[in-house]
Amino acid sequence: MDLTLHVWRQAGPDEPGRMATYVDEARDISPDMSFLEMLDIVNERLIAKGEDPIAFEHDCREGICGSCGMMINGQAHGPQKGTATCQLHMRKFADGDELFIEPWRARAFPVLRDLIVDRQAFDRIIEAGGYITAPTGAAPDANLILVPKEAADAAMDAAACIGCGACVAACPNSAAQLFTAAKIQHLNLLPQGQAERYTRTKAMVDTMEEFFGSCTNHAECQEACPKEISIDFIAYMNRDYVKAQIKNRKLTGQAAS
Amino acid sequence: MIGDLNSREPEGSIEDRWTHHRFDMKLVAPHNRRRFDVIIVGSGLAGASAAATLGEQGYNVRIFTYHDSPRRAHSIAAQGGINAAKNYKGDGDSIERLFYDTIKGGDFRSRESNVYRLAELSVDIIDQCVAQGVPFAREYGGLLDNRSFGGAQVSRTFYARGQTGQQLLLGAYQQMMHQVHLGTVKLHTRSEMLDLVVRDGRAVGIVVRDMVTGQVTSHSAHAVVLCTGGYGNVFYLSTNAKFSNATAIWRAHRRGALFANPCYTQIHPTCIPASDEFQSKLTLMSESLRNDGRIWVPTDPEDRRPPDQIPEPDRDYYLERKYPAFGNLVPRDVASRNAKVVVDQGRGVGPLRNGVYLDFSGASRRLGEGTIRERYGNLFDMYERITDEDPYRGPMRIYPAVHYTMGGLWVDYQLMSNVPGLFVLGEANFSDHGANRLGASALMQGLADGYFIISYTLANYLAGLLGEPTVPSDDPAFADAERSVGDTVARLLSINGTRSVDHYHRELGKIMWDHCGMARNRSGLEKALSEIPALREEFWKDVRVLGGPALNQSLEKAARVADFFELAELMVRDALHREESAGGHFREESQTEDGEALRDDEHFAYVGAWEWTGKGNEPALHREPLEFEYVKLTQRSYK
Repeated sequence: MDLTLHVWRQAGPDEPGRMATYVDEARDISPDMSFLEMLDIVNERLIAKGEDPIAFEHDCREGICGSCGMMINGQAHGPQKGTATCQLHMRKFADGDELFIEPWRARAFPVLRDLIVDRQAFDRIIEAGGYITAPTGAAPDANLILVPKEAADAAMDAAACIGCGACVAACPNSAAQLFTAAKIQHLNLLPQGQAERYTRTKAMVDTMEEFFGSCTNHAECQEACPKEISIDFIAYMNRDYVKAQIKNRKLTGQAAS
Repeated sequence: MIGDLNSREPEGSIEDRWTHHRFDMKLVAPHNRRRFDVIIVGSGLAGASAAATLGEQGYNVRIFTYHDSPRRAHSIAAQGGINAAKNYKGDGDSIERLFYDTIKGGDFRSRESNVYRLAELSVDIIDQCVAQGVPFAREYGGLLDNRSFGGAQVSRTFYARGQTGQQLLLGAYQQMMHQVHLGTVKLHTRSEMLDLVVRDGRAVGIVVRDMVTGQVTSHSAHAVVLCTGGYGNVFYLSTNAKFSNATAIWRAHRRGALFANPCYTQIHPTCIPASDEFQSKLTLMSESLRNDGRIWVPTDPEDRRPPDQIPEPDRDYYLERKYPAFGNLVPRDVASRNAKVVVDQGRGVGPLRNGVYLDFSGASRRLGEGTIRERYGNLFDMYERITDEDPYRGPMRIYPAVHYTMGGLWVDYQLMSNVPGLFVLGEANFSDHGANRLGASALMQGLADGYFIISYTLANYLAGLLGEPTVPSDDPAFADAERSVGDTVARLLSINGTRSVDHYHRELGKIMWDHCGMARNRSGLEKALSEIPALREEFWKDVRVLGGPALNQSLEKAARVADFFELAELMVRDALHREESAGGHFREESQTEDGEALRDDEHFAYVGAWEWTGKGNEPALHREPLEFEYVKLTQRSYK
C-alpha cells in the first residue's frame, strides 16, 4: 500500500516544530507490518537519502512497556481500540490513506524531539504515594493475607496500566485522572493497601494537580487507553479523595475504614 | 587455558550454606551505611529491587536507566509467571525439588550452591511481592493460585494474568520510587552507561552519556552493581525489547570482568513465526499456553489441508508421542529443538511453512471458552492483533525464537565479578540457569538477587572500605574512560558511510542465527568466525549515523551494535570450544541416537569464563570446574 504521511518534526525541546510530508518514503508498505515497522521503513529510506530519521519512542513492541505512543489522525495510538501503537498493524489502514502523526500534546509532556515527549511527571505521581510501604524482608507468609478473587481481579484491571500517557494526550484538558486513579485503585482495592489508603490518595491526587489539568468527565481517556482501563476507577479515586479529607489518620488519629 | 576460578562457595551441607554464610559475612552498621555510595545500572527486576532494598537500608544509591522511566525495563514483558517452592498445592513441591528441577533443567551446567540458594529464597519473594500489593491470581477463597510450567511436574508458578513480569516490576519500581521520594535513591533516567571505571583493580564508578543532551559525565562510587539484562538482541530478531543490549556488561568485560558461557542462548519454543523480512522483532507467546495447548503438525509433509480438516489420525502430536511423562511441558530447549526437527522435515505449517500448531480446541471443549479466555485472554488478543487470525477459532502457529541468554558476566557466590567492587545481578550474570533456563525462573532469579542477596554480599564488601572516600570523578581513570567514550561517539558520527545501523545489525543477526542458533556445528561456527570480523570492519568503514550527539537514536543503536559485533565473536568462539551439547547449546556433532543433547561431562563439566586480552587478540579461557554433590550427573530424560 502507498501512504502519505504528515509527521511532526522538531529538532529539540526549544526548537520550533513543523509538519513534514513524506510520500515517496511511504510507498509499498505491507499490510502485515506493524505501524512502527512502517516507520522503521520510512526511517531507512530517510537515512538512505541523507535525512535525519524520525525519532520515536518504542521498546518492547508487545504493548506492555508503554514507551510508544503517538497521535495518529488525532487519535492517541490510532484507530484500533485497546491497542498500543506498536501493536497496531497497517492492515487497519487503506491504500492511499493520508496519515497525520504527532507527539502526545500536553503541557506536562514537553516534546524532546520529533515524536518523543518527556513523561517524568508520571513518575512524580507514583513517587508521591503509589506504593505500599513494605520494606524488604519483613513480609508475612503470602497466604496469610486473603484477597477475595473479585478484589484481586479488580486490582489487576487497574494495575494493567502501562503508563503510556494516551489518557493525558486524549483528554481535552490534558488531565491525568485515569493514570492516577488506576494506580491508586490498584493499591486501595487490596487489603495490603488499606493502611495507607487515604494518605496515598491525597498525596497522589495533589501531585497530579501540580502537573496536569482537571477532569471534566469527557471519558476520552477510557476510549484511548490501550489497556481499556475503566473510568469507574476515577469515581472510586474521587470518593477516596473526599473521604481522605476527613479520614486522614494524621488529622483525626482514628483508624480508616 | 589459565587457572581455575574460585567461586567462594561456602562449605558444609547445602541446606545450611546460605544461612551460615550470612552469619560469616561482615555487616555495615545502620549509621555507617549512608557513608557508602552505590551505583546501580539498570532498573529492571534486579536493579529496581536492589535499589529499593539498599535504599531502605540506608545506603546512598544512584540508579541509571536508559529509559524515560524505570518502569519500562524489559522485565515488564515477562508474561507467564514466577516459580516458588511454596507447595501451596500440596503436589510434592519442596525447595529440594525446585533445586533439582533447576539443576536438571540447566543440563548440569550450573553451580549447585547458587541454585539451592535460589530455590530457598523463592518462597520469600512471593511473600515480599504480596506485601507490596502485587495482584497475583487468586482462588475464590482468597488464597494464591498456581499453574505449571515446562520442566516441572508440580504447580509452582505464581502469576498475574499474562502480565506477571509487569506486575512484579511495578512492585519493585514502586518500592524504589518510595525511596526516591525519601531521598535515599537518586534516579537518573535517559542515561546510558558507556564505560566502567576500574582503578587499582577495583570498580570505582561509571561513565554515562545523557541521551537527551549528549553530555558525557563520570560518576564515582564504592561499588557498582550491573543489572542490565541479557544480550539476545545480538541475533537482531529476538523476543527482547528493541533497546535491550550488551553494552554495559561488554564495557565491563573490556575492563577486566570475565564473560562466562556466552554461547548459552535460550531459544523459546512458543513465539509467533516471522512473517516477512521487515519484521523488527519476534513476539513471545507465554509458555503457560503449553499447559492447555497441544502442539502438533500434520503427519504427512504433503498435507496442505486447513488444520480443522485434518483428522486426529493424520496429526502428529510429536511432543506427547516422544515424551509421554512431560508431554507438551518439556523444557524449552527440548521443545524448540523438536519444532526445528519437524519444520526441517518439511512438516511446518502456515504460509511460509515455518511454524507448528498450538491447539486449544480440546482444552476449550473440556474447560469452556470462558476459562480459556480468563487464563490466556490477553495472549490470544495479542496473537490476533499481530497475525489477524482468531486463536479461539483455529490453532495458533508458533516457532522458536531467541529469548534469553544464560551466559553473562562471571560472578562468585556473592554475585561479585572477578573485579572487586563490581557486582552483577539478574540476566546480566551467568549464575543460576546453567545451559538452559526453566520457564518462570528468570523473574525468580532477578528478584532473589536484588531483594535478598545483594544487600548481604554488598555489605560484606563495603565493610572493608569503611572510612575510605570514593575516587574523585576527576581522577585520571575517569578522564581516560570519558575520553574513550567521547572518541567512540565522535568516530561513529564521522564515518558517514552508506548503510544504516539496522542494516548491519540485521546482517550480524543472520550470521548468528544461521551458525550459532538452535543447532551449531564446527564448520558453521568457523564460517561465522570469519564472517563476523569482516562485517565488523565494513561497519566501522561504512555505517551511516546522521545527526549530532544530542538525542540521536541512530547513534545509540550504533554504539550498541558495535559492541554486539565483539560479543558475537566471543559467543561463536565459546560455542566452538564447547564440543558437547548442553541445554540450549546444541552441537550437532554431539547428540544421542534420539537426537537429544549429549553432554561430555568428562571434558566440559565446567563454566567457561573468557578474559578480554585486548583488541584483535584471542580471549583467554578460565575454567570453574562444576561439582555435583547433591544431584547426580545423568543424561536428562523427560520421557
